[in-house]
Amino acid sequence: MSQQTERSILKPVRVPFRLSTPFKALTGSLKPVLLGSIIPVILIALWELFGRLGVLPPNLLPAPSIIIQKIISMIQDGSLWGHVGITAYRVFAGFLLGTLVAVLFGSVVGFFRLAEHLVDPLLQAFRSIPSLAWVPLFILWLSIGETSKVVLIAVGVFFPVYLNIVSGVKGVDRKLIEVGKIYGFTTFQLIKRIILPASLPSFLVGLRSGLGLGWMFVVAAELMGASKGLGFLLVFGQNMSSPDIIIASIILFALLGKFTDSVLKSVEKKALHWQDTLSNQ
Amino acid sequence: MVLVVDQATREFDNGNTAFRNISFSAEHGEIIGLLGTSGCGKSTLLRTISGLDTLYAGSILLNGCEARDCDVNIGYMFQEPRLMPWLNVLENVLFGEKNQKNQRKDTALNLLELVGLKGFEKNYPKELSGGMAQRVAIARALFTSPDFLLLDEPFSALDAFTKMQLQDLLLSVWEKSKATLLLVTHDIDEALYLCDRLLIFRGQPGELCKEIKINHPRPRSRGDEELAKEKKHILSLLDLEK
Repeated sequence: MSQQTERSILKPVRVPFRLSTPFKALTGSLKPVLLGSIIPVILIALWELFGRLGVLPPNLLPAPSIIIQKIISMIQDGSLWGHVGITAYRVFAGFLLGTLVAVLFGSVVGFFRLAEHLVDPLLQAFRSIPSLAWVPLFILWLSIGETSKVVLIAVGVFFPVYLNIVSGVKGVDRKLIEVGKIYGFTTFQLIKRIILPASLPSFLVGLRSGLGLGWMFVVAAELMGASKGLGFLLVFGQNMSSPDIIIASIILFALLGKFTDSVLKSVEKKALHWQDTLSNQ
Repeated sequence: MVLVVDQATREFDNGNTAFRNISFSAEHGEIIGLLGTSGCGKSTLLRTISGLDTLYAGSILLNGCEARDCDVNIGYMFQEPRLMPWLNVLENVLFGEKNQKNQRKDTALNLLELVGLKGFEKNYPKELSGGMAQRVAIARALFTSPDFLLLDEPFSALDAFTKMQLQDLLLSVWEKSKATLLLVTHDIDEALYLCDRLLIFRGQPGELCKEIKINHPRPRSRGDEELAKEKKHILSLLDLEK
């Protein structure tokens, strides 16, 4: 009965908005995706059109269809998996190493003031060294093989993770720690049951930005000398004067970066469902 | 006497003194109200009794053991619920369990039923109202069956109706557990409704200026005339004009 009354009230209001109804009918999650695709789709269409018309010189900027063909041909001859595989391996090895060291240093520096005074200034000084400046040294120390690449990526991943862990641990609400103290928790129990879960949000933010930097550093690492990998394809494309290889490699970087980030994002969403924040409403 | 405070003083590093030369004692199962205007050191006194603040002078004995050194079973309710946001209601009640393998789930569920939150075990703090969260905090404080329950203005952030409900709830759980209750409050009505004895604090640094025994039998009526007279007396003691 009340529903009927509601409908009769709503009815006159709906009529003037009829134009927007088909748009509203799109499911909630699809709408932002479609909205966000409008401009890229138009740009790609224009790019393709001008490419085919010969407005854009194909030796500098080949049409999207040519780039896609390039990717497909690399899939068909099997060379793509080798490049993607080795790049992904380097990123993950570096990410893991960087994160492990950052968790170790970050939690100690966050918990103990003495450790902060001892270690933090030095690490902050290291942080201001441009990461590419390490490249020659790493090659000298570790030769040009996998180790030097993984270490360079680990250096890149380390700092955002470290900084976020430190600020996460330092930012834990004193009031929550007091609750643990009332129950006579030991330092270890305080860390495990209050400090770690409370600093999880900023740790995850650190992981995401660390992973982003990992993808950035893998390019640097592969530019410095590799015989395989997406970064190698960039150099190879440049040497062979084939922009299609370069752009295909850039697109693959974008896709992989986006994919790994969204994996972490979904982990974040799952792990932090308890947060009372705007995004969890 | 289960609690003996003798000449306790708390001076901060910056030279400020929270309270000075406080002495009183409490018997087992007594409800004591610490009443006073803001800034007279009531909450700091409660924190020193709980062991959260160990830098006091004088002596505070809980079951014969100095507060700063001993590990007495204490329940503490803060002004705000202070629930762990990443734990659900049941896990929050179980929070005081040090040995996580030996979780007395049934006790926790009974407590939740007692505070009227049956069916909310799986909810997270962000899904609770202020009153519900404070109920969880009561259940958490009671979970370890504490000998002392220290309450620092536990209902001050709640609306009048929820406040009255929770005061009654507190009395009913106290009747079952018979813990010694120390209640810091600036609400005279609340103090008169709940307590056996009131300690009136005044000044900065806070000093104990009067002890008042409330002999009314429970349950008390909120509109009781004699309690109203007592309230007038307390107001005059607090000397609010000065």
